[in-house]
Amino acid sequence: MRVLQIIEPAYRATLEEQDDTVLWFTRAIRAAGAPADVLLCGSAVNYSVRGQDAEGFRVGSWSQQHPPAIEQELSKLIESGARVTVLAEDLAERGVSTESMLPGIEVLGRKSLGGLFSQYQRVWKW
Amino acid sequence: MSTLALLLMDAPYEQSRTSTAFRLIDAALRRGVGVRVFAYEGAVSLSMTTQKPHANAVHGRTLEEEAHPTPHAWVGALFDLAKETNTPFDWVNCGLCVDERGANEVVAGVRRGSPADFWKMNLESANTLVIPTR
Repeated sequence: MRVLQIIEPAYRATLEEQDDTVLWFTRAIRAAGAPADVLLCGSAVNYSVRGQDAEGFRVGSWSQQHPPAIEQELSKLIESGARVTVLAEDLAERGVSTESMLPGIEVLGRKSLGGLFSQYQRVWKW
Repeated sequence: MSTLALLLMDAPYEQSRTSTAFRLIDAALRRGVGVRVFAYEGAVSLSMTTQKPHANAVHGRTLEEEAHPTPHAWVGALFDLAKETNTPFDWVNCGLCVDERGANEVVAGVRRGSPADFWKMNLESANTLVIPTR
């Protein structure tokens, strides 16, 4: 049973969680045997950009260790065999060039979504 | 018997998605459709028994008159309904999410689990609805 995880909200509590909760969940269910892939759309297309750095969060004397590393999360997901796609129109709206993206991420146009969805038995929109 | 799986993510008292989800679960159980719920992130607080109703001076009502709803009472009512209708009902809280929030005191019957339990719920259900927070 193939699963497509569509991720739209981005950076939601990522400093508190030290990751994106849906990417984390996707890696967790893949570890449990779920053949889950990811489609990034909306603000989450920015997850595909290389060189993000979330270090430096401090509150009083408390300093954040191990900040979220979305780039690594996505890379590990791809290394584990997941297909990661990103919506072309949402990249263009935000001025994100394909040259700035992590390797291994596929760019798909909105017209391709029907064909993409038809490859999955479960499509979960987060 | 047909069974549905739901993943809930919103914390209590934040979104109308929560009451909608409870309505869906209620409707399913009343029709003899089994339900498996996985509570993720803020939704683990739905079943916390430390929630307390309150009076409401703006409404001009006492504690008793206000009868303020608490989501843990809804969760408990769903367990009761499942028993009355002899319909399978399961509620699993994401354990790490529970630890983050100190949401340990929960309604009897609520279990602690992991995303692997959600995947199992999905495999054992006719369909699965994810209701994420936004």
